[in-house]
Amino acid sequence: MHPAFSVILLTTLLGAGQGLFLAMFTGQLYAIAHFLPLQTSGFYASGSLLALSLLLGGLAASFFHLGRPERAWRAASCWRTSWLSREVIVLPLTMGLVAAYALTHLLGWTAPWFRVGALAVDLSLILGVLGTLASLALFVCTAMIYAAVRFLEEWHSPLTVSNFLLLGSASGFMLAAAYSAWLGNPLVGFFGTWAVILTLAAALSRGAHLLRNARLEHRSTVQSAIGVRHSALQQKAQGATGGSFNTREFFHGRSARTLRWVRAFFLLTVFPLPVVLIALAHAEVSSTLALTAFAVQFVGLLAERWYFFAEARHPQNLYYQSVS
Amino acid sequence: MPQLALVIDLNVCVGCHACVTSCKEWNTSGAAGPLVDEHPYDGSPTGTFFNRVQTFEVGTFPDTETVHFPKSCLHCEDPPCVPVCPTGASYKRADNGVVLVDYDKCIGCKYCSWACPYGARELDAQERVMKKCTLCIDRITDDSLPERDRQPACVLACPTSARLFGDVHDPDSEVSVAIRERGGYALMAEWGTKPANHYLPRHKTRMHIAPEDLERVDNPLRREDLTDYTGEESVDDVAW
Ligand code: SF4
Ligand code: SF4
Repeated sequence: MHPAFSVILLTTLLGAGQGLFLAMFTGQLYAIAHFLPLQTSGFYASGSLLALSLLLGGLAASFFHLGRPERAWRAASCWRTSWLSREVIVLPLTMGLVAAYALTHLLGWTAPWFRVGALAVDLSLILGVLGTLASLALFVCTAMIYAAVRFLEEWHSPLTVSNFLLLGSASGFMLAAAYSAWLGNPLVGFFGTWAVILTLAAALSRGAHLLRNARLEHRSTVQSAIGVRHSALQQKAQGATGGSFNTREFFHGRSARTLRWVRAFFLLTVFPLPVVLIALAHAEVSSTLALTAFAVQFVGLLAERWYFFAEARHPQNLYYQSVS
Repeated sequence: MPQLALVIDLNVCVGCHACVTSCKEWNTSGAAGPLVDEHPYDGSPTGTFFNRVQTFEVGTFPDTETVHFPKSCLHCEDPPCVPVCPTGASYKRADNGVVLVDYDKCIGCKYCSWACPYGARELDAQERVMKKCTLCIDRITDDSLPERDRQPACVLACPTSARLFGDVHDPDSEVSVAIRERGGYALMAEWGTKPANHYLPRHKTRMHIAPEDLERVDNPLRREDLTDYTGEESVDDVAW
């Protein structure tokens, strides 16, 4: 498949935004349980506003993918059958909940409404839980857009969903660590530890996905594509000399060497490098190192998403093997 | 419920591209049009086509055969491209099974093209919406046309009658009989999309002549000679 930059940016920005919100709310939960010192409302508010701006960035990127962005609102209509439609609904919902969560902290609407045992339930807690559910649902919707297309056998796997979930959360927690380091907040260690755990889990999931795809055997062949049983079948003409939508949308046009290079690059920059950097940042109490850890991982994720698209080989490519 | 479809006879297709040009001509001037046509007279022309004729070589030289392969939307009975559409722009007509795109609703997200294993959908670079074969829906449903013209443009244009058009759910239609009696098959049947369009395979007409066809085993002339020969002179030895 052709890796479209708009979609690469869309999925990585959304992932980081959702992850950052999950991190903020996890921080609040731990503080409520007295595992962590309670933070000022401003900490959660500006953290979730940062998450919101990432989500907005992702939304903006998505419009560049559409041929007719002015009609985008129509995409909410087929949620019964289409994961894309579901994403289009869950994304603004998540953004609304994140914004509301930020607002309750900003305005200090944190007076408890009622108590469940020792737990004082306030508005931010309710919005946080709802936002968490929406963020998780958004991860599933985004990933299922790819995982649900059974013809793209590289994507048609539950590992696609776990990759999106874990990679997005990892970069969000990494950003939370960088954000705390930048504020000089002691939560760096907490967010950093979770970022490392999530990064390692993502490494397992993405590694398993790469292994799976390396052994993948495609179901369709050029024989089944045109229905001629002969082992020697060669395309001589594809009905177009200057290419077509089919050659532009479904081929990445890069060499196998470039692909290997990109894979090596993201395997290094998404997994080991940020882990080392965030550990150093914690040890050295350095905010630059923490920010670098996030930045390196984010650039790595851009490469990871590029590879995710380039790796997938669509069965329609069987009809577009040569021009001659 | 009827299911309109094409049956394409690979045995007689000569790869002349008449269906491609007549399709483009009809549809670029119709409801779907204009179909983009960039640099038509330059080195690398490109544009939107509903139908393309591809060419494949079977075997290794000198023992090869050329197969011309017209390819368009197959109007699948279980079209995977339809449920993925977020806007409902892609749909399958209930009254005749034709899979269509509502160009006024389509947002050009390309998701449906990912969900078609055949590469039958093309995003129009100028109109920025998804386009595909409509089976000339504006011709075949136009009651003001004479009966024989109510067919897709490609079918009318084909000089070798390689393209048959009809209802594949009607067991007595020309297309159903062709599929049934001439080995009609579906493309990439492994995906279970149940394409309505079918292809008729190539075949060679061969004559088999067995020795028995030239000389009958039960030749009555031979059978009437009942003599037991034991080395004596026969008629052949004395006659010259
Ligand atoms: S051939 Fe492709 S576009 Fe046409 S109905 Fe089947 S899946 Fe849809
Ligand atoms: S490109 Fe158009 S027809 Fe295809 S899925 Fe998107 S909105 Fe539907």
